[in-house]
Amino acid sequence: NSGVVGLLKPLLLDVIPSIRQTTALALGRLADNDAELADAIVEKRILPQLIRSLPEESRYYKKATAFVLRAVAKHSPQLAQAVVECGALEMLVICLEDFDPGVKEGATWAFGYIARHNPELSQAVVDAGAVPLLVLCIQEPEIALKRIAASTLSDISKHSPELAQTVVDAGAIAHLVQMISNPDAKLKRQVLSALSQIAKHSVDLAELVVEAEIFPVVLTCLKDSDENVKKNGATLIREIAKHTPELSQLTVNSGGVAAVVDCIGSCKGTVRLPGIMTLGYVAAHSEDLSMAVIVSKGIPPLCVCLLEEQEDHIKAAAAWALGQIGRHTAEHARHVAVANVLPTLLDIFVDTRSSEDLKTKATLKNILQKCTYLPALEPLLHEAPPSIMKHIIGQFSKVLPHDSKARRLFVTSGGLKKVQEIKAEAGSLLQEYIHTINNCYPEEIVR
Amino acid sequence: YLYIFRALDEERNTKYKAAVKIQRWFRACRVTAYLRHLSKMAILIQKWWRGYLRRKHFREIVERAYFIKKLKFYNEMAVRIQKLWRGYCVRKYIHNFYALKKYLKAVSVNNELVRSELQEYAEMKENEEKMKDLEKNEKKEKYQARKMHYLLSTEQIPGIYNSPFRKSPDPMELLLRKSKPLPHRKQQVKSPFADELYDWPTCKKPPAFITALPLLPADRQKPQGPFRDPAEVLRQRYKPLEPTLRVRESMYSPPAKAREATPRDEWRSPIHDNEFLPFSSYHKKYEKYEPSLFKSGKYGQEAYGTKYFREVYPKKWIADKDFETQFSSIVLFEKFGKTYSSTGKIV
Repeated sequence: NSGVVGLLKPLLLDVIPSIRQTTALALGRLADNDAELADAIVEKRILPQLIRSLPEESRYYKKATAFVLRAVAKHSPQLAQAVVECGALEMLVICLEDFDPGVKEGATWAFGYIARHNPELSQAVVDAGAVPLLVLCIQEPEIALKRIAASTLSDISKHSPELAQTVVDAGAIAHLVQMISNPDAKLKRQVLSALSQIAKHSVDLAELVVEAEIFPVVLTCLKDSDENVKKNGATLIREIAKHTPELSQLTVNSGGVAAVVDCIGSCKGTVRLPGIMTLGYVAAHSEDLSMAVIVSKGIPPLCVCLLEEQEDHIKAAAAWALGQIGRHTAEHARHVAVANVLPTLLDIFVDTRSSEDLKTKATLKNILQKCTYLPALEPLLHEAPPSIMKHIIGQFSKVLPHDSKARRLFVTSGGLKKVQEIKAEAGSLLQEYIHTINNCYPEEIVR
Repeated sequence: YLYIFRALDEERNTKYKAAVKIQRWFRACRVTAYLRHLSKMAILIQKWWRGYLRRKHFREIVERAYFIKKLKFYNEMAVRIQKLWRGYCVRKYIHNFYALKKYLKAVSVNNELVRSELQEYAEMKENEEKMKDLEKNEKKEKYQARKMHYLLSTEQIPGIYNSPFRKSPDPMELLLRKSKPLPHRKQQVKSPFADELYDWPTCKKPPAFITALPLLPADRQKPQGPFRDPAEVLRQRYKPLEPTLRVRESMYSPPAKAREATPRDEWRSPIHDNEFLPFSSYHKKYEKYEPSLFKSGKYGQEAYGTKYFREVYPKKWIADKDFETQFSSIVLFEKFGKTYSSTGKIV
């Protein structure tokens, strides 16, 4: 703040190259730690000077310049825009064509930070012709360079389908898929995140990713010892499975559901979230797939999640997934009810936490409308609030007229007494249901 | 009189009124009879007319009714067929229960397989890590043993790990026996690769802000002569290496690989066979005559070809004499071995 930047500016034009390099390094470190200094650097027009003589400079200077650009661009979209406007992108492309891997790494990192903020900046990066060079970078033998290149491709393709298409057209998918089997954990993380950003936009892109034969390999990633690799692997499977029933079918056929279920069982916290959402998406497409999820023992981990997790959004996701599984037919609802989840769901609903309300209400309604498994419904009868009560009573009124054993059970367990205690307005659905139930029994018992 | 006229008047009134009544009644009867007649006629006409119309369109109506009845029947039958067919089709293909059951069984079997494979993979990974750790520990222990090789027990003095009160020596002792002592510590050369990722060896960075040579002892004899400015000397000495493009790039980059292709071509089809001029001892090593196998005999060189040219087997002769030369052979060949002396022989 004491005008450091102004003092450093003339040193950039010094004769001795090592002074220039050190100045650039200093500027980079200053900008890295503080957004205001980065602002100051941009205002004092240091960036055009840095960039002007870049092609003839040594690789240390290029590395330091790339470091400065990346440090400035990482703080906010406006700073990144300023970096782009002073023509940094062409120079960074020249850096990318250099032979030294360290220079390439610096340039790639700078591209990644610029492209991260919004789609226009990503488009600018793509227009500068960086994508084919990035794909070449991925093929280099140095692991750090591969990591950064993968993360940059992931940042570019996450904004829009056109950008993802550009990345795919440069032939990135084949190389990314080759690198999934690399033993380095951080590299796998970035590669999986890149693939999932590509696959999430549209069915065609997801199909392209699937055609590159990821399926048995991705499942081994779900067993990796690093948590983030597991999370990103589950994210990739989720992005693929959510588009169409055929893609979900593919994941089920290759055993993906089993791997995801195991993964959910073995992790804790936010790492589970994409896995839970995968199960929800797969089950949502059709009842066969939902049955497949049930057969792969998908329900117990989801119940465990509901019980154990503290965070709201994970619980909401688990409740949503259970709802998707249970809403198709009576069989599915029975499986869900047998797992003793309904009381838990009811407790969560009654507990009035803000965002979960909607989700849990929806799931309870969906499952209850198909549930004919009376022993599970009975405990709910005693505790449910009125809005849920009408669904429960509705279900009872549908099943009881036909099943005599259930009627007997209903009376002995005190359900009929509870039903009488419910007061409903005349003419409402609830009243009708109560009437139907009462009609199943002879008069004396009702009184 | 008044009373009589009044009575007569009243009588006349009543008779008048009665007559009006009767006439009225009769006229009403006549009118109603006429109206009845009219309506009867109208009904008759309408009856006949309607009957006629209906009879005219009777056939059409019957046909239409028949057609509608037929259609209804066909519709019903078609519904029945469609019902049966759709039920069959859906049960067999779309919601095929048994196929679904088989599929779910297959899915669960596949899941089991996948789970077991993944389990194996995870176990393999764990084993690998354990092995790595074990190896690391072993390496450490071996290095320690090599360092502390002097703790080995000798004939006279038992070492630390070989106490006489123990039944058998400590495992460390065995390690010590097996290990080779460490060589003398070499000069610690800072690896040029330590600095940056794949750096080429460069000169050390120039010491910043030094303009004078380091201080030497004051009483040494100063060498004579005009010398350059020490700052200049230092700058030249510590000038950073700016390698050429060819040196700078790594071995594996595309331009280097592309350049590799031309030397290979040159290897294959060189223009000059002996690219290097021979050294002085060249002829001793490379130009020694090696006789061909064809002509070298069991105990050295065969005499045939140098000493004599024709084999002579007297035992196989038919007559006693050898061949005689009838005319002289080529004059030049007569001089072979006779014009100059071979070693030790005088011609």
